[in-house]
Amino acid sequence: MDSLFPVTLTLNGVIATHEVSQRTTLADFLRQTVGLTATHVGCEHGVCGACTVFVDGRIARACLMFAIQAEGRDIRTLEGFAGDRRMEVLQRHFHERNALQCGFCTSGMLATAHQLLEGSPDPSREEVRESLSGNFCRCTGYHAIVDATLDAAAELNAATVAPEAEPAC
Amino acid sequence: MLKPDPAKQRDGAYVGQPVPRENARRLSQGRGRYVDDIAFRNLAHVAFVRSPHAHARILSIDTSAAQALPGVVDVVTGEEMKGLCTPWVGVLAHFPGLKSAEQYPLAVDVARWHGEPVVAVVGESRALAEDGADLIEVEWEELPAVVDAEAALAGDVPAIHPELGDNRAFRLEVGQGDTASAFAEAAVIAEEEFRFGRHTGLTLEPRSIVADFDPSLRQMTVHHSTQTPFQMQDVLARHFGLEEGNVRVIAPDVGGSFGLKLHVYGEEMAACALSIRLGRPVKFIADRLEAFQTDIHARDHLVKARMALSRDGEILAMEVDDLTGIGPYSVYPRTSAVEGNQAIRLMGGPYRMPNYRGELNIVFQNKTPMCQYRAVGHPIACAVTEGLLDKGARALKLDPLAVRQRNVVTADMYPHTSPTGYVFERLSHEECIASLASLMDYERLRREQAEARQRGVYRGIGLATFIEITNPGPAFYGVGGARISAQDGCVMKMEPSGDIRVMVSVTEQGQGTETIMAQVAATHLGVPLERVSVYTGDTQTSPYGGATWASRGAGIGGPAVMKTALALKANLLETAAVILQAEAGDLDIRGGAVVNRKDGTQRMELAELGRIAYFRPDTLPADFHPEMTAARHYVPQGYPFAFTNGIQASHLEVDVETGLVRLLDHWVVEDCGKVINPLLVEEQIRGGVVQGLGGALFEECLYSPEGQLLCGTMADYLTPMAGEMPDIHMAHVETPTLTSPLGAKGVGEAGTAAAPAAVMNAINDALSPFSAEVTQMPFTPERILTALGKV
Repeated sequence: MDSLFPVTLTLNGVIATHEVSQRTTLADFLRQTVGLTATHVGCEHGVCGACTVFVDGRIARACLMFAIQAEGRDIRTLEGFAGDRRMEVLQRHFHERNALQCGFCTSGMLATAHQLLEGSPDPSREEVRESLSGNFCRCTGYHAIVDATLDAAAELNAATVAPEAEPAC
Repeated sequence: MLKPDPAKQRDGAYVGQPVPRENARRLSQGRGRYVDDIAFRNLAHVAFVRSPHAHARILSIDTSAAQALPGVVDVVTGEEMKGLCTPWVGVLAHFPGLKSAEQYPLAVDVARWHGEPVVAVVGESRALAEDGADLIEVEWEELPAVVDAEAALAGDVPAIHPELGDNRAFRLEVGQGDTASAFAEAAVIAEEEFRFGRHTGLTLEPRSIVADFDPSLRQMTVHHSTQTPFQMQDVLARHFGLEEGNVRVIAPDVGGSFGLKLHVYGEEMAACALSIRLGRPVKFIADRLEAFQTDIHARDHLVKARMALSRDGEILAMEVDDLTGIGPYSVYPRTSAVEGNQAIRLMGGPYRMPNYRGELNIVFQNKTPMCQYRAVGHPIACAVTEGLLDKGARALKLDPLAVRQRNVVTADMYPHTSPTGYVFERLSHEECIASLASLMDYERLRREQAEARQRGVYRGIGLATFIEITNPGPAFYGVGGARISAQDGCVMKMEPSGDIRVMVSVTEQGQGTETIMAQVAATHLGVPLERVSVYTGDTQTSPYGGATWASRGAGIGGPAVMKTALALKANLLETAAVILQAEAGDLDIRGGAVVNRKDGTQRMELAELGRIAYFRPDTLPADFHPEMTAARHYVPQGYPFAFTNGIQASHLEVDVETGLVRLLDHWVVEDCGKVINPLLVEEQIRGGVVQGLGGALFEECLYSPEGQLLCGTMADYLTPMAGEMPDIHMAHVETPTLTSPLGAKGVGEAGTAAAPAAVMNAINDALSPFSAEVTQMPFTPERILTALGKV
């Protein structure tokens, strides 16, 4: 049986300590130890992107990290984005545009799209396609995902520009 | 973007509207519940020792070290598993002569493909089960492996199953007319050898099951990532000796299926057997290596074919020989004959081809079993037909669009029977071709292509006309003896709140089945869409039916829901008439309220009807029993299948120095009959197209000459990703089927059916200045450079 070791991390904004085995991946830790099942496991070797989460503010593959490596890190999963405007706008456009079918890739796809729009608020269609190329989707053919990401970017940009457009009074 | 029309929705006309899926809202927030997300108490996990050889005899198995490992709960070999589960054989009576061998959950005596499960190890965690599996020692005697389908029938090749005599699983000849005379008269004969590599479904959620057997009642509850809960209920009951009613199969959220998740797999049967043996829940979640090794593979055809054409491009005849390798077994319970059967029967399907001869040979080999995957057989038939037609047109210097216009079955010919016996009620090839030409601006693209060629840029335009089998009736499986329902059922009730609950036997894997059913129910009941909830995927609560496969969900489940909605509406109006002391015929339900049929004046809310019917029936006449529930079933009518049709086009650029293909654009015009939800139809098509593009350009399950599977990871097995995929432009033609009150046919296969053919024709169009051609999928840079004579 595996020995357990304590790991203390910030998980979705809350500092928490859990016991993990050395060989438990971050993905398995999130899903099985903590019960955060928005993060999915698709390939377990870092190719499909289904397990994409934020580690210290940057997207990373949770299947390629051991849980114990999260010591002292800031880990954020899709569950931790409630109230995040950029994520909520992305989620709404994914829903309305039917940019997901089975939904298994969606959490990872949203994480990647979120990071894209953070660094590049007004991306071209090609830039969106390129940025999402580390996330495999078997259902949609990607077209709708690209549309939804661009629709979300447009809405987010309109929201940031709008106050300046109003006459000062 | 497609947006729902508020006016139409106000009128309750949801059918035809691009309504988004409520499920997509939930899934986009990470709130899916896939099998692996569901918590069970006292859960055990199973891992497998697998055959490291393509073909080998098991001499001995030493499980002692694994048994002794703390955390290992149980170890079961193939021989021991035999006592827990009766064997199965993947044959059906409507494929006379089809043969296969008995199969158990684990290999017994001989393993016949690389990755076949041999020993099951149950642990307190998956990791501990895998630790145990590592300690098991199997002594093997390697046997000669039959790897290539072409070699399977050679005289000196041993039979994979000696008791079956040889490696031929099935042989079939179909056709009509006099092909010999047609070829003798032909102005041009286009002849080619096509190879279609193996690929696989690659659902992002791997195969997943938790079996939970309760020995006190001999009841088994199975949470299963499956398309077909009722089929699996039947299979599990029969092979484990349980009462059918004591087996409950629940399909929660399913992370993609594409035909992969309706076959019987050894690991899943083993998990059930182990749960029965241990009396505790047992989970199996395939990892990606296991998925590549044991999920069904698809295609694997070598097709030698020729087409006879007249001087003006008329198709006179086709002759086709299809050799397909299915691995060591015909897969249970649907058989591995369906892919090849459909491939040779769909050849030439869109065209007025009078003479045809097709021969199919299905052989065993020591590779992962091959079986139905999205667009079963269609991409093969489409690529062969469309490839030969383009080749003939090139020889005759005819335009590919014009030669298709010349040959398609025309509006005046329906109902039309193909040379292989398929009957088409009414298709719309001419409208689809015309629509495509305008959608893609065909003439302009041809001009641009010519200009680009002057600059040394080699672009290609490829067309592929297609037909698609949907809404299969009992001819598909039931007549062959399979206990796979051809009908679907629906139970619909109004609750005291006036809300509508719909239980339906078709299932959801992300296509939008539940939204489609809600739209049909809301429209035909006259209630707002948001008041309708749809429940699927649980054998204990849903009416019995076939579920979702072969593009049958909307076309068969839809009319079942429509019939039920009309029946429930009649029930509700009968009760309303009693309460209101009116004639039921003078009343209607609109916007969730009972109204006067004539002027729409509201008479009572459905919630008020519910209140009286459920809580105050004492105010109603004696002997009146309000019927608040209705149930109906629907059997597909009129034809064995409802065919759809359409045409696809690919525009791409080939780098003749590197062999790389860049997809520029893709167009689809399709006719799936009445479109219930254009948003969902378009995304079904787009997703299907990209699966087809994957098979055409990237995906291939490669084997060594010894039968070792060489692609065990997604780094070795290339898939279409967003960066390489084109935008996919769509248009629709609607020819409702008159056989169903809803008019809807299916749409799940169409994208995958024709995308590979369109790409192949586009690449060969691009390569035509070099007189180079590719006909082996996937079209890798190496194969393109080989065709160009550069490597």
